[in-house]
Amino acid sequence: MKRTANQWIHGGPIATALLLLVLAGHVRVAGADDDRFTASNEKWRAECGSCHVAYPPQLLAEESWQKLMSGLDKHFGTDASLDAVAAVEIGAFLTENAARGKRAWRAGSALRITETAWFRKEHRKVSAATWKNSKVKSPANCSACHTGAERGDYSEHSVSVPR
Amino acid sequence: MRKVGIGQALLAALWMAAASAASPTEVQRSLEQTARATTPGFAGFSAHRGEKFFKSTHGGEWSCASCHTQDPRASGRHAKTEKEIRPLSPVADPRRFTDPAKVEKWFRRNCNDVVGRACTPLEKGDVLAYVMSVRK
Ligand code: HEC
Ligand code: HEC
Ligand code: HEC
Repeated sequence: MKRTANQWIHGGPIATALLLLVLAGHVRVAGADDDRFTASNEKWRAECGSCHVAYPPQLLAEESWQKLMSGLDKHFGTDASLDAVAAVEIGAFLTENAARGKRAWRAGSALRITETAWFRKEHRKVSAATWKNSKVKSPANCSACHTGAERGDYSEHSVSVPR
Repeated sequence: MRKVGIGQALLAALWMAAASAASPTEVQRSLEQTARATTPGFAGFSAHRGEKFFKSTHGGEWSCASCHTQDPRASGRHAKTEKEIRPLSPVADPRRFTDPAKVEKWFRRNCNDVVGRACTPLEKGDVLAYVMSVRK
């Protein structure tokens, strides 16, 4: 690997540029992979995916999921109450897979994904008119723009903003 | 006191029924038993009353039709999140009203959101009679 790289660099400026491109490509792919969320649980998908897309657990901090799960009967203006058995299983799945590290820190204690610092930053280029578009209606309607949201794919390669 | 007893009996019945799939007719029969025991002068369910209940608001912002549309054979859309909802009528989607625990769960949630309380057994039976009565 190292030898090949050295040979390329010795091969001249074109090869060097190529190598840099390959490396840059690699970094990009790794970054995008972070926004494809594959952790799944059958109960979570059925229960938390019936009124909206099942939001990936990795997008909120553990404490937020705990708070949210303890107030399901008054859930953003609707009754989303669950039986105790389902609530325990889903609660465990959400907290086990909750945001860690930098994303957790930037999620803070918000109960809404759309009110976290990371969400605001990733969406700073989305215009006010787009948020009000009748095909979007609510920033929580992820699948209006993230065409792979049902599969947990929020990478920048599968974004299509309606006009 | 008496109400609690019936509620518990109903829960037990649902618990047992949850283990096996049911048909909309079976779900309706079980609702009828409860309605008969709790509704003075009960004289059967009415699809007509059910339709009126379904399409009216009850002091809040939403009616049942806000998410399930005016036609229970059609796909609906959640009034707040925009997510598509499969047709509510078993005539259009045979998976509807076949899982008593699921039926009870959604009646509990949606009646709370629309009517601000649990629906009575009469109201539930009327709605089911209505969505079963529509033709393909
Ligand atoms: C009965 C319908 C219903 C069910 C079931 C439901 N939700 Fe929600 N949820 C809503 C509504 C309505 C909103 C508000 C959407 C909006 O403001 O656009 C919401 C919003 C949210 C939000 C905030 C979205 C944001 O960032 O603005 C999260 C997080 C959430 N739900 C998680 C869950 C979880 C976890 C479950 C399963 C335990 C669940 N929901 C089940 C109706 C539901
Ligand atoms: C109005 C359209 C729209 C809606 C609605 C929307 N997003 Fe986005 N999202 C975008 C755009 C545009 C980007 C920036 C893509 C880029 O970097 O090229 C983005 C970026 C992201 C990213 C970072 C992707 C990456 O790899 O850089 C994540 C994660 C994300 N959104 C999650 C969500 C979630 C979760 C929801 C719902 C709670 C949501 N988005 C709702 C348009 C939207
Ligand atoms: C805010 C939106 C909303 C309103 C208003 C609403 N529903 Fe629903 N309803 C849903 C959603 C979402 C589901 C579950 C989605 C699914 O199973 O596809 C559902 C499912 C149901 C089910 C489950 C049927 C089955 O066997 O699968 C019944 C019964 C039901 N609703 C009755 C009602 C009645 C009666 C009203 C009025 C009192 C009502 N709904 C109002 C959103 C709503």
